[in-house]
Amino acid sequence: MPLFGKKETASITYISHSGAVNRVDVPVGDSVMEGAIRNNIEGIVAECGGACQCGTCHVYVEPQFLDRLKPVQDDENEMLNTTASPRQPNSRLGCQIEVTLDLDGLVVRTPPRQI
Amino acid sequence: MSVVIAGAGQAGFQTAVSLRAAGYLEPITLIGEEPYLPYQRPPLSKGFLLGKQGIESAALRPESFYAAQRIELITGARVQRIEPQFRSVVLSSGARVSYKKLVLAPGARVRTLPLAGISYLRTCTDAVELKQRLNAAAEIAVIGGGFIGLEVAAAAAVLGKRVTVFEMQNRLMARLVSPVVSEFFRRVHGEHGIEIRLSSPAPDPRADLVVAGVGVLPNLELARDAGLPVANGIIVDEYLRTADENIFAIGDCAEYPNPFAGARTRLESVQNAVDQGKTAAANIAGRNEAYRAVPWFWTDQFDVKLQMAGLSGGADREVLRGDPESRRFSVFYFQRGRLIAVDSINRPGEHLMARKLLASGAVLTPEQAADESFDLHTILA
Ligand SMILES: Cc1cc2nc3c(=O)[nH]c(=O)nc-3n(C[C@H](O)[C@H](O)[C@H](O)COP(=O)(O)OP(=O)(O)OC[C@H]3O[C@@H](n4cnc5c(N)ncnc54)[C@H](O)[C@@H]3O)c2cc1C
Ligand code: FES
Repeated sequence: MPLFGKKETASITYISHSGAVNRVDVPVGDSVMEGAIRNNIEGIVAECGGACQCGTCHVYVEPQFLDRLKPVQDDENEMLNTTASPRQPNSRLGCQIEVTLDLDGLVVRTPPRQI
Repeated sequence: MSVVIAGAGQAGFQTAVSLRAAGYLEPITLIGEEPYLPYQRPPLSKGFLLGKQGIESAALRPESFYAAQRIELITGARVQRIEPQFRSVVLSSGARVSYKKLVLAPGARVRTLPLAGISYLRTCTDAVELKQRLNAAAEIAVIGGGFIGLEVAAAAAVLGKRVTVFEMQNRLMARLVSPVVSEFFRRVHGEHGIEIRLSSPAPDPRADLVVAGVGVLPNLELARDAGLPVANGIIVDEYLRTADENIFAIGDCAEYPNPFAGARTRLESVQNAVDQGKTAAANIAGRNEAYRAVPWFWTDQFDVKLQMAGLSGGADREVLRGDPESRRFSVFYFQRGRLIAVDSINRPGEHLMARKLLASGAVLTPEQAADESFDLHTILA
């Protein structure tokens, strides 16, 4: 299988519940969930591999970035009501946030529990 | 002395990842017959066929991940046989690799039909070939109205093809869901112009592409040749150990005592592969963990998301929550008054809820399930 070619990236910062900070470059077009999984960042489980089926890629988006994101869709909205850690106004599913150049500098926090 | 994993699919991959996550320091060798990085299969019949995502996005991790995690990944190599007495495996190249613990995760292969020129869908190679053939075809016959056949049919219809599905049983996905759900899907496919022929085994001779999705056969040869007991799968105990305490078997190939079915079962799902990989890793790392995860599964067809939690096979009562006409509803399955499974259509929140209910063993009555004004969250509180 071909490797991921050289692509444009955006820098995303993941802050875990324990306070660990990881800043990584995520290729544009990947999701915030993939950015975490591919860099082995803890705090995201992603049981379904990004198919919007499991709700274990829950993140809290730093509020100043919220209006740069595409709105929450119905499925995602419903699942956020039943995630393992409580929903906050800035809750999103990481697999439903596609990384764009506009999101360069994005900061998300991972919740205490995904399962 | 190390862990050797035979089969680098969803289950084998998860074992390696979970071993490292658990702090396991010994060498790990992950051996896969396919020439690709470990990948997930669900997108093959969904986003990839639809042209929404490239094949490379199915890879579970980039190549650099394996070196960074000190997982020795050997692709394009088959484990030819096991020598349990020497605790070693022999590869197709003739190389011998010794192990302290061996994990068998060879998955399953498609059941084939005695007809020439048919396409099947299991691997990346199959998917790329099917996509090419699909692009060139106008009329498509799908043999098998299970979830893979229906996902292929849906993708083909979205791509503007004329599609006929032939199913031997008198309803769709009969092995997985209840008649209400089967009938719902028959209607959805009909609305998209797909012709569904039930109780009908013959493929349309006029189609210029015939695709079959008629089930899989677990890969049992490695285990059987090594003298390990096999039935419908490689037989393991609740810790996922075979009769040889140094050999585990997980994923599509494993037959295990399932507390939800009250019997030995073999499941084919991402959930089962992932959770069994985690349990095998935990047990290799020295914990004694029985496998008790709630089974769940999904399929996407057109704009319909079907999610299944639990196993509905033994149900003696079914209760509808919501109206199928609204295209958003769930079926709750009970056995002797106890909730055993829930199928949700376009209700992903209810599906997550169902998994929690089943895992916690919380008591829900059929009347509560049927009453939409009853908030399921209150049961868990
Ligand atoms: C098209 C498609 C769509 C699917 N969609 C869904 C879905 O939406 N939801 C869901 O829950 N499940 C879905 N599934 C099922 C799910 O993908 C499987 O249950 C899962 O992949 C099983 O994982 P596994 O590791 O046991 O087997 P596999 O993923 O099949 O991996 C086994 C690997 O071992 C290799 N192998 C076999 N023998 C040897 C050997 N002797 N030596 C070395 N390597 C060997 C095989 O080549 C294979 O790569 C889908 C399956 C397919 C085919
Ligand atoms: S990864 Fe499963 S919902 Fe996001």
